Amino acid sequence: MTGANSFQVSGYGPERAGWARLFARDSLARRLDWPILLAALALSLIGSLLVFSATRNRTEINQGDPYYFLIRHIMNTGIGFALMIGTVWLGHRTLRTAVPILYGASVFLILMVLTPLGSTVNGAHSWIVLGGGFSLQPSEFVKITIILGMAMLLAARVDAGDRQYPDHRTVVQALGLAAVPMLIVMLMPDLGSVMVMVIIVLGVLLASGASNRWVFGLLGTGTLGAIAVWQLGILDDYQIARFAAFANPSLDPAGVGYNTNQARIAIGSGGLTGSGLFEGSQTTGQFVPEQQTDFVFTVAGEELGFVGGGLIIVLLGVVLWRACRIARETTELYGTIVAAGIVAWFAFQSFENIGMTLGIMPVTGLPLPFVSYGGSSMFSVWVAVGLLQSIRAQRPMSA
Amino acid sequence: MTNIPETGRTPRVQIRLVAIQILVLSLLGTLGGRLWYLQIREGDQYAKEASGNHVQQVVQPAVRGSILDARGAPLADNETRLVVSASRTDLLKMKDDGKAVLTKLAGVLGMRPKEVMEKVRLCDAETPQPCWNGSPYQPIPITDEATAKQALQIRERAEDFPGITAEPQAVRRYAGPGEANTAQVLGYLSPVTDEEIQQAQDTDSPYLRSDQVGRSGLERQYDKELRGKAGVTRYEVDNLGRVIGQAESDTAQPGSNLVTSIDARVQRVAEYELNEAMKEARKAWDRNTGEKYKADSGAVVVMEAKTGRIVAMASNPTYDPNAWVGGISAKDYKKLTGKNSNYPLLNRAIQGQSAPGSVFKVIPTAAAVNAGYSFNGPYDCSSSYSIGGQVFKNFESKGYGPISLGRALEVSCDTVFYRLSHEEWKRDGGTKPKKNTNDWFYKTAHQFGLGAETGIDLPNEVTGRVPDRKWKQDYWKANKDAWCKTGKRGGTYAEQIAYENCLEGNQMRAGDSVNYSIGQGDTLVTPIQMATIYAAISNGGTLYNPSVGKAVVSPDGKTVQEIEPKSHGKLPMNQKTLAEMDDALAGVATRGTAAWRFAQVGWPQDKIPMHAKTGTAEVYGKQTTSWFTTYTKDYAVVMTISQGGTGSGASGPAVRNIYDALYGVSDDGTINKKNALLPAPEKNLPKIQTDGSITPPKISKDPAEDQRASQKGETAPDEQQLAGTVATPTTENRDTRRRRRGSGGRRMLT
Repeated sequence: MTGANSFQVSGYGPERAGWARLFARDSLARRLDWPILLAALALSLIGSLLVFSATRNRTEINQGDPYYFLIRHIMNTGIGFALMIGTVWLGHRTLRTAVPILYGASVFLILMVLTPLGSTVNGAHSWIVLGGGFSLQPSEFVKITIILGMAMLLAARVDAGDRQYPDHRTVVQALGLAAVPMLIVMLMPDLGSVMVMVIIVLGVLLASGASNRWVFGLLGTGTLGAIAVWQLGILDDYQIARFAAFANPSLDPAGVGYNTNQARIAIGSGGLTGSGLFEGSQTTGQFVPEQQTDFVFTVAGEELGFVGGGLIIVLLGVVLWRACRIARETTELYGTIVAAGIVAWFAFQSFENIGMTLGIMPVTGLPLPFVSYGGSSMFSVWVAVGLLQSIRAQRPMSA
Repeated sequence: MTNIPETGRTPRVQIRLVAIQILVLSLLGTLGGRLWYLQIREGDQYAKEASGNHVQQVVQPAVRGSILDARGAPLADNETRLVVSASRTDLLKMKDDGKAVLTKLAGVLGMRPKEVMEKVRLCDAETPQPCWNGSPYQPIPITDEATAKQALQIRERAEDFPGITAEPQAVRRYAGPGEANTAQVLGYLSPVTDEEIQQAQDTDSPYLRSDQVGRSGLERQYDKELRGKAGVTRYEVDNLGRVIGQAESDTAQPGSNLVTSIDARVQRVAEYELNEAMKEARKAWDRNTGEKYKADSGAVVVMEAKTGRIVAMASNPTYDPNAWVGGISAKDYKKLTGKNSNYPLLNRAIQGQSAPGSVFKVIPTAAAVNAGYSFNGPYDCSSSYSIGGQVFKNFESKGYGPISLGRALEVSCDTVFYRLSHEEWKRDGGTKPKKNTNDWFYKTAHQFGLGAETGIDLPNEVTGRVPDRKWKQDYWKANKDAWCKTGKRGGTYAEQIAYENCLEGNQMRAGDSVNYSIGQGDTLVTPIQMATIYAAISNGGTLYNPSVGKAVVSPDGKTVQEIEPKSHGKLPMNQKTLAEMDDALAGVATRGTAAWRFAQVGWPQDKIPMHAKTGTAEVYGKQTTSWFTTYTKDYAVVMTISQGGTGSGASGPAVRNIYDALYGVSDDGTINKKNALLPAPEKNLPKIQTDGSITPPKISKDPAEDQRASQKGETAPDEQQLAGTVATPTTENRDTRRRRRGSGGRRMLT
């Protein structure tokens, strides 16, 4: 069975052909993963409300227009949605051939950040300001190109049927491919993004079937590196304090400790059902910094309570659960690796972001996928959804 | 392709994918669990923290009620001062944090800009005084002594002084009408402590951080009534302290006014006469100690005999209650409480206790009658009485032969009471007491209200002491170890005493009962107890709880809660004995020990029957205490001077002068109604206007001076009207007496 002619034998009358075509067995609509799509849309919608609640009174950043961030968040979602459709339309296999170009472009962009074109936001020199209120954070795109690039290298010989597992040489090449942008991002320094990329690399390696030695080797190196940094005093005391402040806010009461504390108060005060949208005193009083981006979950926690916060976690769970299924059900290793890389990315970034607002993870500047305000992040997560949809749509229907 | 399964994955990859899926789910589960922990389990705690985060209170202090004398003259009220304050919240909204405004303000107030800035900065660990340690949302006072001109400058150019207010505020003032000080009765205020805030948190009258609390006297006793209720406005604020909404607001309710039974004029006379008497006593030579009398402290009580209400109550040494206003300076505080201060804060009328000496004798008289002895006797008033070789002398009088109990009171014959008390002691079994002792002399003292509080509406009254068997036993138990350690047979006098006490200090000895019968030994009484007893003898036997407060008047004058006299018992005497005793005490004033202060120096006994008893109490190691207890049908006046000499000698003239002032009696015995300050107790409350204010009466500048002058035949100068009203502190700066201030202590405005 092929998708191209199946709807012609469906037997429906011509007047209903439009709808029929869309929902016919084997049609693209039927092949899409609707739970992921709907969950992602719901998260973006909830995100727009939360971003609105967090910014409508912040005259110092919303240029006097309470809807400034709301409109932009919805626009970003729309652009992201279009990018997703484009990705599905092109298909991940088509994109596979373009990976070298995409990778090159993304690395070029992050290199641009290090030039005077880049600008610093919240201590990380990771932005390119385009003017007109728009700016790019290329490290978001790098997350995708690392996944695609590594998948291309690692899956090439396996999908060709030459080998069962990627050989050491291929793995080294793939790691090298990931290491270049990661080093650049580390220079920015955007440690949060580097952490996400490390997890992505780990997820990609696991899914590729690379030898356990690589996996454990990588884990071991990471652990040893962390211990070395700690013990050799490469970091200043204040940096360690800042890192540890999530567990003990008094270590850095004016900085990260303050954020952590206020975030925890905001979420904790929400209770079961929250104070109601736009009714949160912590949010209205702007006690939590960066509330429309990194700490957007605190708005949900305070104003929507356990019900709202739990809903966000469940929706993220739907996306991740379906993505895992897609990774398991596709026939090509390439698709598996890409899907697994996306799972690793989304899962870690969500856990880190929500975890830091709940005080169980250190504070880093990472957005919550779909929910946080921010164009680059929004575009890249929707492209990732497009990749997932494409992988699912192009699997054999026998599965 | 054959070695690759249909699904496209090797088992290794498949297993790893499942592991990833499980890991992802458990991460999400962790988030959910943590969310549950924060929001559901600990939610209440965080909700509390959140509300503390964003709600700030601004307090409008309530105006404290006034304390008025019986005719409405303010003993304690509030004076309005122009306070210039800065709102920190407003200042911080400005580009330079308000520096320019504060500099301009400093110019207007004639202060240095630095001074002004320091006053508005917040106190913290690194900021030394001066700084503001109140709520940053409360207007911060910069000065409370702005002139009307300065205030006008600020208010008229409000646009030049954003965030600055110049408003009149009420500040406590002890006005001292007619020079009446009344310090110990009024008490004082000081800022509330953290502990008190904690304690009162859940009561119906919680404290605010800005509250002043009554610490003694009426200010403390009636604190709840006087305090009123501060107004609180709660604002929701954001993280920078900007107000984003008004949560709720209660307007301030001023405190009620307290009308007392004190008459400011009589109070002044009492204070003045007490001080004069002590000054005179210090000139007198004490033959026993070979030096002049120290007269280190004294007290006088003027009580309405029929109600127990206090008309005047003075304690010496005294102090200026205004020293406390706005926070007492360290220097003043030391002066009031230091080791060498002689503790002027003590109200010796209710907190000073000493042996009563002969003024006690009304109690053994009643006791003897109750024990079955006839009032008329006769009893032998010998010049001394001896028990087993120990000789007890007749201190104040010579031998008078066989006399009645009444005559024994008149001439204050000790031996009559020695004999009676000793006899009773023997009847109770002597050193081997019977099982059920009568203890008439001790029982009667308790029935007279001794050894217990009188129940006056002033805090920290002391009980005095009746040295009965129970007390002796308790006291011995508490001290025998020390006595037995220091006591030595045949040692020094003190060692000998300790030795005896160690052996038999728990026993009621013959000497104890003899000493006790004339108010010596371990007996202790307070002036207020004696006033209560003598007032009871005057009024037919009712022991009233002395009271200062007469009525609590709501600030609008609509509710007047009168404080009715309460009694705590009757004297244990029948009317006949009472009448006989009354006669005898009149005899004291006409032919007895006090005659030279009354009948012999022109007291109109036929018009105003005077009754008196004198007392001169011996205190081991000190000079004698002067006691003088007197009453008419209207008043009881009791005065005591520690180390002051004899009863009639030291206190006599002063008490006579107080009566002269009350009734308008001249030295020659004529009664001039015009000069009488209070010929009958004030029955009515002062007139309350429809707006709740009470117009103060005319009071001359110094009633004590007038009194002295009138004795010389001059008439009192025209009385001056005190301007202003009392109950409603107005917004105008009243042109009344400025309060006398201590040594420039900074006021703590809250």
